[in-house]
Amino acid sequence: MRPILLQGHERSLTQIKFNAEGDLLFSASKDSVINVWYTHNGERLGTYEDHNGAVWTIDVDSQSRFLVSGSADNTMRLWSVQTGKCLYSWEFPTAVKRVAFSDDDEQVVCITEQRMGHQGAIRVFKINREGDGTDQSEEPISFFNPIGSKAVVCAFSYVPNLIITGHESGKVALFDYKTGEEVLNNERAHMDVVTDLQLSPDRTYFITSSKDKTARIHDTRTLMVIKTFSTETPLNSAALAIGKPYVLLGGGQDAMSVTTTSLRQGKFETRFWHKIFEEEVGRVKGHFGPVNTIAVSPKGDCYASGGEDGFVRVHHFDESYFRAKPYGDIEVEQ
Amino acid sequence: MAPNVIAHDDLEDDIDYSDIEAKYQVEYDEGLDNVVVVDGVPVIDESKAEKLLARVAKEFSKKGAPVKVDNMIIPWDEKTGKSRGFIVVEFKSPEDAAYAIGVMHGHPFDSKHRFSLNRFTDIERYANLDETYVEPEPEPYVQKEHLRSWLADPQGRDQYATYRGDEVEIHWHGKPSQCEVAHNRLNWTDLYVSWSPLGTYLASLHRPGVRLWGGASWSGLQRFAHPLVRLLDFSPNENYLVTWSHDPIVVPEGAQQGPQFFSPEDEGNNIAVWDIKTGNLLRTFPSVYPEGEDASKKQQLQWPALKWSPDDKYVARVTPGQQISVYELPSMGLVDKKSIKIEGVIDVEWCPLGDKDKEEEAKFAAGKSNKKPRENMLAYWTPEVANQPARVTLLQFPSRTILRQKNLFNVSECKLYWQNQGDFLCVKVDRHTKTKKSIFCNLEIFMVREKDYPVEVVELKDTVTDFSWEPKGERFAIVSTSDPNFGNPGPGITLKTDVSFYALERGKGDFKLLRSLPNRTSNTIRWSPKGRHVVLATVGSTTKSELEFWDLDFHHDDTGKREAHKDEWGSGIQHLGTGDHYAVTDAEWDPSGRYLATSASAWRHTIENGYAIWDFRGQELEKHILDRFKQFLWRPRPRTLLTKEQQRHIRRNLKEYSRQFDEEDAAEESNISAELIAQRKRLVDEWNAWRLHCKEELGTERGVVKKLKEPQEEEEEKEEIEVWIDEVIEQIEEELLE
Repeated sequence: MRPILLQGHERSLTQIKFNAEGDLLFSASKDSVINVWYTHNGERLGTYEDHNGAVWTIDVDSQSRFLVSGSADNTMRLWSVQTGKCLYSWEFPTAVKRVAFSDDDEQVVCITEQRMGHQGAIRVFKINREGDGTDQSEEPISFFNPIGSKAVVCAFSYVPNLIITGHESGKVALFDYKTGEEVLNNERAHMDVVTDLQLSPDRTYFITSSKDKTARIHDTRTLMVIKTFSTETPLNSAALAIGKPYVLLGGGQDAMSVTTTSLRQGKFETRFWHKIFEEEVGRVKGHFGPVNTIAVSPKGDCYASGGEDGFVRVHHFDESYFRAKPYGDIEVEQ
Repeated sequence: MAPNVIAHDDLEDDIDYSDIEAKYQVEYDEGLDNVVVVDGVPVIDESKAEKLLARVAKEFSKKGAPVKVDNMIIPWDEKTGKSRGFIVVEFKSPEDAAYAIGVMHGHPFDSKHRFSLNRFTDIERYANLDETYVEPEPEPYVQKEHLRSWLADPQGRDQYATYRGDEVEIHWHGKPSQCEVAHNRLNWTDLYVSWSPLGTYLASLHRPGVRLWGGASWSGLQRFAHPLVRLLDFSPNENYLVTWSHDPIVVPEGAQQGPQFFSPEDEGNNIAVWDIKTGNLLRTFPSVYPEGEDASKKQQLQWPALKWSPDDKYVARVTPGQQISVYELPSMGLVDKKSIKIEGVIDVEWCPLGDKDKEEEAKFAAGKSNKKPRENMLAYWTPEVANQPARVTLLQFPSRTILRQKNLFNVSECKLYWQNQGDFLCVKVDRHTKTKKSIFCNLEIFMVREKDYPVEVVELKDTVTDFSWEPKGERFAIVSTSDPNFGNPGPGITLKTDVSFYALERGKGDFKLLRSLPNRTSNTIRWSPKGRHVVLATVGSTTKSELEFWDLDFHHDDTGKREAHKDEWGSGIQHLGTGDHYAVTDAEWDPSGRYLATSASAWRHTIENGYAIWDFRGQELEKHILDRFKQFLWRPRPRTLLTKEQQRHIRRNLKEYSRQFDEEDAAEESNISAELIAQRKRLVDEWNAWRLHCKEELGTERGVVKKLKEPQEEEEEKEEIEVWIDEVIEQIEEELLE
């Protein structure tokens, strides 16, 4: 499994995303540029430049038409994937930490940072898909401030009007964005800040990673913890493999303490765990800093990891990965 | 108003006055403890009473227990008008009374009379004693647990103890399927745990003392009350225990007395010797520090401070620079009532007993052989003093005949290494050049089994940092270094070392280099307890942590015959594998020599604590990274009970035995995997059921069949189509062939 090294960022990666077909890879970094790459050969297709602050988060719709991004320059932007033009920009009082499309691509949820006297806020915008996309409404269809620990990650659930949030305290909750009410929560989902939240293809379950060194699979409807993966390092990202019953976990020691520790101590590998048996099946080395973000291609043929070291590594799975049946013939539902 | 009154009464009853009552309770003077009955006083009539009391008071005050005449009562026999021959004395306090009893009991008053003192309360108690003899109930015999039950494990597994956080665990270690926790207990020990040398007992250290545990249920077996004990050492045959505490022994007043406890004579000492079976204290010693060290330097205690002879008969104690005192067990008396005076003596080591010696001894003891077994032997060395050269001496004990002495020059330090069978003694001599600037090393090897004890010398240019004999072998390995950093350790510095193997050349009778491995960082040699295999480890380093596994008889098969070296000298040395255990601090072979355990202890550092177990080829079998992991200890095994013939028989028929084991393994494996598969199937079924449930819900939620399932099905169909095309092509080909 020889990785393709994508060297297009000058600073650490914050989030990477595949499009629905898995042929394009979007990467956001603290250097304020978003890159898009061909997955199969690692060639850079283009950039999305307009932000002037670290880009914290990106998401792409299922038709690969629009890209939405959130940045430390207090804006959320809508881009045309094809032309690289910024179609619209929303201004907020604080930085945008997380954005996500709904599964019908009609809505976008965004989390803004709690800072300078402003509370952390969750806003939901309706995206006008008619025309060239420049005609967007400035006002959100919903705006609320979750009470308690601030939200850091979010996504739309499969239930209409419900969004899943992960919080700094380790809480995972369901919010009805129409009313702004917390419908359900699991206060003890994690013991430390939730760092990533990725949904299953049908959005009925999701995986979260946390600094408490665990990743967990939750049931979207009940927020019950279904599976727990305990590692020995703080985790920054967790992704669900497609077509195979694995999860991918990435993390490593804090960026702050990296310089004082050796490479092997830092535990900067991407770990593959069996989704159901909760045991580690393999590791992929490569980054020389913590792994900040992992994404799996929706086709299931490759995955990419973005690190604090500023590199994205795209790994196309070998033939043997698909053939291997380490646990014999078992049929696992996706 | 009757109801009211009743209510009032109730109220009064409810109030609890007990606390107030307790507070103001009148304290009765109930102490008759200060009253003593003095017996053995002359029988007198009333006229002499005053004189007698004055005399008795004088006698008492002479011994430092003054009493007033007023406090003495003479009971009178009214019939005869004479005294009854005893008086009652009241002291100021029970302590004074106790003191008086101590000094006056048995005191001769005059030629005919001798005092005997008893507490008044005692007399009362004994007077009221039931005189009828009651047959003591015989205690029912309680079958004690077999202390070596672990050896009877049907799978022949070994055990190990781990100490992590506050928890001590005893594990079974065998094939992967047979590894399990045998026992675990929280707060089992305060400091650390230790096995006895034959594995029978597990010792735990606590503030009040040492406790031994054993048997299948790990019940407490014996206690040794040595407060603030820090170090312990077992005698080789597990008969005795030596404990050490930094704090000198203090016997507070009212402390428990008895053979198992310290008595006032032991005060101020640090080292105690105990009998394990009875729990009795045998003797205590003060700890001695090497002399000549300036007080500002941290004094390093030599441990074990007492050196046991291999048969548990003697124990030697060195007073550095002066003498060796050898004590006889179990009386702990000085042998022949005199120490061996040796000026300047620094270190002493007993010669271990080999298997041969043990057999001979057993035979001799059984009367089957007249050949007297070899006498105990000890080796010691003295440094250069004035014009005297340094000297290594082999001494026979208890006959105290000097067997061999060797003079050495320019010596800065000596270390004595006995081969475990007592065949060889290697003295590692660090010598300095004339200018005293550089240090080099000599190995002086005494051939103890040969006539006149010839000494073979191996000269080396470098400094030897570690030396190790092959157990039961004629080979040894050394780690030497010429690194300029040697001697000034600093953080992050890993010394460059060379590892060399030497072997005895049979015909010539000298030791010759087998092979040298240059440019290593290894600083530790660990021979397998069965010999042949050796691990070179780099421990305690922050940057390197390599483990090298070597086989020294690679061309030999397991028939057990160690043939003469037909092939080239040193060609049998083969590198088997290399492992890496990051931040390793300890490495230890299991007693069977099949597995090696490495551990990273939280006592040294806090990075990646935990332990790993390797097989002798260097394959990692298990690895556990555990926070606050402290200690890993294999449980030692006693010597095998099989005779030489039986062992040989097993070795010869190894193939048959191994077939049996292979079958067992295969059966086990299928068994285990069946279990595991069932477990996995259950998990998968659970998951699938949950997924189906979710999908159904999703379906009802959306009112339509899930979108996402469709593309998958399409893909599957596509695959089928491809297969169809394949078949069509094949058909065409067949037609062509026809």
